[in-house]
Amino acid sequence: MEPVEIIQHSGGVIGVAWLMIALPLLGAAILLLGGRRTDRWGHLLGVVMSLASFAVAVLAFVELLGMSGDQRRREIELFQFIPGMVDMGLLIDPLSIAFALLITGVGSLIHIYSIGYMSHDPGRRRFFSYLNLFVAAMLLLVLADNYVGLYIGWEGVGLASYLLIGFWQHKPSAATAAQKAFIVNRVGDFGLAIGVFLIWTTFGSVAYGPVFQVAGQAEQGVLTAIGLLLLLGACGKSAQLPLQSWLLDAMEGPTPVSALIHAATMVTAGVYLVVRSGAAFFPVGSTAALVVTVVGVATLLAGAIIGTAKDDIKKGLAGSTMSQIGYMMLGAGLGPVGYVFAIGHLITHGFFKANLFLGAGSIMHAMNDEVDMRKYGGLRKLLPVTFVTFFIGYLAIIGFPLLSGYFTKDGIIETAMHHSPVLGWLAVLGAGITGFYMSRMVFMTFFGQKRWAEDAHPHESPAVMTVPLIILSIGSIFLGGYLVLGNTLANWLAPAVGGPEEPIEFHFVTTPGIATLVLVAIGAAFAWMKYGRAEVPVVAPRGSFVTTFARRDLYGDAINESLLMRPGQWLTRLAVFFDNRGVDGVVNGIAAGIGGTSGRLRRIQTGFARSYALSILFGAAVVAGALLLVGNI
Amino acid sequence: MPWLSTLIAVPVVGAVAVALLPKGADKLAKQVALVVSLVVLALTLAVTIQFSPRGERFQYVETYDWIPSFGVHWGLAVDGIALVLIALSAVLVPVVILASWHDADGTGADNPPKRSVKTYFSLLLVLEAMMIGVFAATDIFLFYVFFEAMLIPMYFMIGSYGGVQRSYAAVKFLLYSLFGGLLMLVAVIALYGIAGRNTFMFPELVGVITDPTTQKWLFLGFFIAFAIKAPLWPFHTWLPDAAAQAPAGAAVLLVGVLDKVGTYGMLRFCLELFPDAAKFFTPLVLVLAVVGIVYGAIVAIGQTDMKRLIAYTSISHFGFIAMGVFAMTADSAAGATLYMVNHGFSTGVLFLVAGFLIYRRGSAYIADYGGVQKVAPLLAGAFLIAGLSGLSLPGLSSFVSEFMVLIGTFSSEAVAGINYAVFAIIATTGVILAAIYILWMYKRVAGGPTAESVAGMKDLNGREKWVVAPLIALIIGLGFYPKPLLDVINPAVDTTLANVSVTEHQAPVPVAEQKGAGE
Repeated sequence: MEPVEIIQHSGGVIGVAWLMIALPLLGAAILLLGGRRTDRWGHLLGVVMSLASFAVAVLAFVELLGMSGDQRRREIELFQFIPGMVDMGLLIDPLSIAFALLITGVGSLIHIYSIGYMSHDPGRRRFFSYLNLFVAAMLLLVLADNYVGLYIGWEGVGLASYLLIGFWQHKPSAATAAQKAFIVNRVGDFGLAIGVFLIWTTFGSVAYGPVFQVAGQAEQGVLTAIGLLLLLGACGKSAQLPLQSWLLDAMEGPTPVSALIHAATMVTAGVYLVVRSGAAFFPVGSTAALVVTVVGVATLLAGAIIGTAKDDIKKGLAGSTMSQIGYMMLGAGLGPVGYVFAIGHLITHGFFKANLFLGAGSIMHAMNDEVDMRKYGGLRKLLPVTFVTFFIGYLAIIGFPLLSGYFTKDGIIETAMHHSPVLGWLAVLGAGITGFYMSRMVFMTFFGQKRWAEDAHPHESPAVMTVPLIILSIGSIFLGGYLVLGNTLANWLAPAVGGPEEPIEFHFVTTPGIATLVLVAIGAAFAWMKYGRAEVPVVAPRGSFVTTFARRDLYGDAINESLLMRPGQWLTRLAVFFDNRGVDGVVNGIAAGIGGTSGRLRRIQTGFARSYALSILFGAAVVAGALLLVGNI
Repeated sequence: MPWLSTLIAVPVVGAVAVALLPKGADKLAKQVALVVSLVVLALTLAVTIQFSPRGERFQYVETYDWIPSFGVHWGLAVDGIALVLIALSAVLVPVVILASWHDADGTGADNPPKRSVKTYFSLLLVLEAMMIGVFAATDIFLFYVFFEAMLIPMYFMIGSYGGVQRSYAAVKFLLYSLFGGLLMLVAVIALYGIAGRNTFMFPELVGVITDPTTQKWLFLGFFIAFAIKAPLWPFHTWLPDAAAQAPAGAAVLLVGVLDKVGTYGMLRFCLELFPDAAKFFTPLVLVLAVVGIVYGAIVAIGQTDMKRLIAYTSISHFGFIAMGVFAMTADSAAGATLYMVNHGFSTGVLFLVAGFLIYRRGSAYIADYGGVQKVAPLLAGAFLIAGLSGLSLPGLSSFVSEFMVLIGTFSSEAVAGINYAVFAIIATTGVILAAIYILWMYKRVAGGPTAESVAGMKDLNGREKWVVAPLIALIIGLGFYPKPLLDVINPAVDTTLANVSVTEHQAPVPVAEQKGAGE
């Protein structure tokens, strides 16, 4: 089934869907411009704006539900952005509204949680303004009806991420991590930008409707090129290989940020981009789609391996996020059936990963911001709510039967297996590793001996923090089954991304499914022996070279440093030297030589006219020389 | 009413009035200068509002004989391109005056100004008159006169009020510009002679020179002058010295407006008077432009001095503008024109905020800062927004223009077997480099633990907020809604390109239609 046609829309809630973006944007503006005057109630305004945006999303969703399937792609025009090139508008369809609900729903919970988490931080108002800014930009990203609007949202969330990773700017590590995230993302954006240029020159439009309509008629080579360029952008934003290195450092930001931006929403933007463009640029069997799946599998393994060796609870979760997005990416390369599970996993992951991150935040809150799991242990009694909700999130992510992650991850594995056994079995392997590292995390944190610092007095978090945890954990339990069984999500998404030829049947007993469960169980048992039953040393043992490999993030930073950073620094120094001594200096030197003067000072004072004449002559000579090469005047 | 002559006359009269004020009436001098510049701004707004974008190309036409025996006129008029650049000047001058309030006082500086406070503000007004004149001139000789006359106030502003190496920088600036001007003068006179129309009026000279060889030589005369002015690589070395030594306000006008005369000249004169030569030289100019984009950005990364860093980023940005002009598509050229305006605002606010930092700390060296965000959050925030505008963040105005330049260049027809898309792709690496030079500078200045030397730094005061706020409002406003400017720019760009016989504004032909035509 092909995606249905896009219909111009006016009136109703969908007609004012721009409020979803405008409200949080207004919130951010008021909080930033209002300054200290808004300190007392700023966080409340932030929450209200996010909730209001959620309300609009729900109403728009309801309105969409009231239409028949072939009517559910509504486009509203906003304004001419670049006359003749970009008309800004919003596309409200099953895909974008699913994202909008996730972003504003989970986003609002995280806003509420942050009231408690950031209550002692003097910059709380600024924090909420950035959160609001993020929500607005993320909604623009998913709601825009064209690639330029998406690009604006894309870099907008990048800005919010930069501001929030570097929220504690006075920490050099935070400032550096923020900068790294932005720059690595810009490498991806380079690809995305050129992809958009190519879309414009090929199709004469950047709007989804017209582009998708004629996409099939373009040359295959061009389509592949566009696909790969968009994928480069997706790799940056979604921390996929080879642009993954920024995500682990991004944990420098406050934990609610890690939950919202670096787990539940922003990092899934790459998956959104691939699925949104899927029918046009990543059809099943195309080179671009193949590369998407390879990137996905490589990242899901790399992230999982990194996750096994981290003692920092947030970094462990970050590795896990990389890995889970790898699964989504894999699904996104597998056509309509894959899209359903990719988006399904994206939604369930949004819940259980936000659940886990906020749980980690609750633990840190209890432990004086300690993040080293070697200094946790035995916390389940003291943090009962956190423990239970975290444990549910844990079961969901490892794919414990009937919980959310089970349905969506298994769906991706089955689809991949059907497509290519190699990809499928690698995805199974990844699930096994997930079983290990997540169990390790749970055992190190909640079980075993207390290994706390002397001044630690763990206590359960206030209700403003635990209630969001409870809500998220409920989603972690039921959402997957709801979305997958009965084809709820598949039917819902079909008008937007195209539907599978036949309804998807979910089988509970399959070879890959059983294999996955067995591997997960082995991983969990192994983790129990090493971190549950045995005593966990407070200082990390040196470990084998494999451990080191994983601890060092598979040498991602080292590779970047030696391949890019060092040569870059060298090139910069050379260029600066050349500019000072070369372009200017050669000329000054020649001037001195001709004039026969000596001494730098005299040269500077007397050689002016001569040296500048020569400088210009040098430029003119470059021009003339080039002309001789190009042809005769 | 002779609007444009009035726009030039008001700041001149203001300058004379300021200069005639009694010695020591510094505050009054500043106030008068500010009021005069605001009057100019109000008049400019009136002119802009009455301008009809879809009407005649040149509006507010004034033509008076000046030297009849040579056909020299006091000829003024604006098209959409000139109008937005005049508006840019009119917005920046009052902001600069407000920002420079204490720059000429010389309190505490180890190199006190050589001239009085009132002279500085008088020079600013003279400069404003020259800037408006140079964009409004339709007589090429008159354009040349303004082009050269602009140098004089700027020379004194750098040389008498600048940093430690001010005379070195001022002389370097002056000599570079004079050499360029000389080449242009030769070309202007040759154009007059060869055309044989006994006039310097631009509209009457369009399409007159047809001989290819003549076009090429005359083109070079104009182009090199403009390439020095803009400046393009490799004519750029005067700019970092001049911008670093100039007081911040003067640097804003130098980089924000004066340098735009170069890129404006390329678009107006090089393209329209010598279209065949312009096309002939396009590959060469694009190479210079792209080298400048990448080279300027890389050298910017390595700078240790804030103002020099900003100057090098501008060299990179001028590469974008030149690329947009010479790619000769409607989008790229309109983008380049918009870029000239947006770059004025964004580099303007960047220089000014850097100036605030330097004024407080007494040093332009990045290494002398650290942790400003903690002690002066507004100042740091303004610095960040200015920087983000410098790296063309979407949602800020500079993004629109950079995007248009790149997409326009990318989509230009392959000429003589060279596909210009390659230039656009290389130039797009500039977006990565820009993130590095801006964010690294911001991190070293504002991030990390607060350095002892900045511990007592005060945040933005009321006057400084008034400097920063309008520019940031413009940057954000035009970032989301650039249409008002583009509506004025597009028709003028279309006319310009029509004179170079390039087709007008239109989207690329969609694949479907291409296929349909082939069947």
